[in-house]
Amino acid sequence: MVSKQVTVVNETGLHARPAANFTKLASAQRCNVYLKKEDKKVNAKSILGILSLAISKGSVIEIITDGEEEKLALTELVDYVNALTD
Amino acid sequence: MIRGIGASEGISIGKVFKYDHIEVIAEKNEVEDTDFEIERFQKGLMKSISDLTGIKDYAEENINSETAAIFEAHIEILKDPEFADQVKSVITNESINGEYGLEKVSRQFVSMFENMDNEYFRERAADIKDVSRRVLMHMKGIKSHDLSEINSEVILAARDLTPSDTAQLNRKWVKGFITDIGGRTSHSAIMARTLEIPAVVGTMTGFDSLEDGEIVILDGIQGLIIQNPDESVLADYQEKIKELEALKTIRAAYIDKPSLTADGLHIEIGANIGSPEDLDGVLSYGAECIGLYRTEFLYMGKKTFPTEDEQFEAYKKVLEGMKDKPVVVRTLDIGGDKELDYMTMEKELNPFLGNRAIRLCLSRKELFLTQLKALLRASLYGNLHIMFPMIATLDELREAKQMIQVAKEELQKKATYEEFEFSYKIGIMVEIPSTAIMASAFAKEVDFFSIGTNDLIQYTFAADRMNENVSYLYQPFNPAILKLVKMVIEAAHTEGKWVGMCGEMAGEPLALPLLIGLGLDEYSMSAPGILRARQQAETIDSNKARDIAQQALQLTSQEDVLALIGGITW
Repeated sequence: MVSKQVTVVNETGLHARPAANFTKLASAQRCNVYLKKEDKKVNAKSILGILSLAISKGSVIEIITDGEEEKLALTELVDYVNALTD
Repeated sequence: MIRGIGASEGISIGKVFKYDHIEVIAEKNEVEDTDFEIERFQKGLMKSISDLTGIKDYAEENINSETAAIFEAHIEILKDPEFADQVKSVITNESINGEYGLEKVSRQFVSMFENMDNEYFRERAADIKDVSRRVLMHMKGIKSHDLSEINSEVILAARDLTPSDTAQLNRKWVKGFITDIGGRTSHSAIMARTLEIPAVVGTMTGFDSLEDGEIVILDGIQGLIIQNPDESVLADYQEKIKELEALKTIRAAYIDKPSLTADGLHIEIGANIGSPEDLDGVLSYGAECIGLYRTEFLYMGKKTFPTEDEQFEAYKKVLEGMKDKPVVVRTLDIGGDKELDYMTMEKELNPFLGNRAIRLCLSRKELFLTQLKALLRASLYGNLHIMFPMIATLDELREAKQMIQVAKEELQKKATYEEFEFSYKIGIMVEIPSTAIMASAFAKEVDFFSIGTNDLIQYTFAADRMNENVSYLYQPFNPAILKLVKMVIEAAHTEGKWVGMCGEMAGEPLALPLLIGLGLDEYSMSAPGILRARQQAETIDSNKARDIAQQALQLTSQEDVLALIGGITW
């Protein structure tokens, strides 16, 4: 299991389209993907799970990957969040 | 009469069809065979996904891809691992029936999203309710009754319409709809505009006061439902419907066209707006630009001055909404008759000749700087034209331009804007005779002019047009005004600058040939007049218009000018 903390900087946060695309990207991974904000941890392959964290601009979240190709998956997901602009 | 929010323009007269959702209750039962319950839930889920896939395909083909996307989102919820897994674990852990497990999990998500302070989440809550209901009905074997079964012309009334309801509306039969719930941006309102069905939403308790089969007038423009209309009201509305039909024909023919005269000269026809909410209308009337964005509404009806961020958001919205089309934003124009509750202003004997508009802004620099900074930040998002109102002297213009410089420097102290090249144009309102007379000097120091005829006429004739005793002096067609307009246009054209007009005269059909003849470049009016003006422009030959304008300038009274233009056929 590997994980990394990131700060969400885009205006929308992880709502709407960014959240939907994050779910898609997470679902494409072979390993399990979780998101953690404060003490709440959810399955990142679930849009409802991600939305329930109410991640907005400035939120600090932890991306956790566990299983096959976990490191590669983590890099990809972290890069996605960092590259969000809208 | 029932009042609501006009969500989709148009008027319909017709029979009410009341549509009420069947109450589906998920009662709680303890069960032993939880695997069987899970299987029932799975089946309901699969059937719902298959329904929604059908509706999605129908929407994709018959409505549009945004609507199809709503159902794609619904399908995603049903396929969501978190959702299904939670239902299954509730069924197993609590030994309860599938319906109740679904209901419980659905409620948890709904209340979680409803409590989030964000419209996006409240919409997701509605989505979850909608899909859960569908699954529940499948599990209970209740056949949903279907709006696609309506087969005569009706006005649909409902407490609320879900996206799946609206996707099944048949335009042929449903001539309008009324809902108790919703606002201008709710799903059903957006759908009504897409389908071009008149609609009134947010009637609160309208549903209960309507009767199945009664005849009503639905006025989607004013947000009214008129019950038991008498003969004369019906006749009025039938007339309005005819006008709307005529407008529709014009719209279909002119909406995507540039504004051209008979001989192919391009003039720019734009809209006057007061807030970002006016944008929808502006775009639907085919404006080529926004010739006047009155910013004072941002300041009115509030307890304190709007912050820089608040203003930035509003300006950004308008600029983005217009894509790269020009947006002329007039800086704060208060004072005179427009006061703010939270700002103390000295009582003046002659407010219209007093400390108002740019004068007030230059005497309260902090106030002005906040607005200018918000504007500069927003300039990134579109084609910004900053316009100063009530400029009387070159010194005022120079001082105002200097303030833009100060605002820019203040912004550039922040890292975000350090390297940033702000891009915008600067112009002035020409509404004081001194400025019209000195137009050739001003033209060297601005990018454009906009003639504010309402004030220019008042100040030229020294007459308050609201004062009935002197309102006869409000004479837009007096050669005195035409000469001033001509001076301003010539001065600008000599310097290669353009001239717009944003007073009432710009939208006046009688004035259009004269203004084209005088060489005016841009015409800004209230949005509903745009297409009519575009249609009229097409009948006017600009060479002939120039001759007539020349003749008008030789005349000596408004009556003579009106007689001249009244006698011309185009």
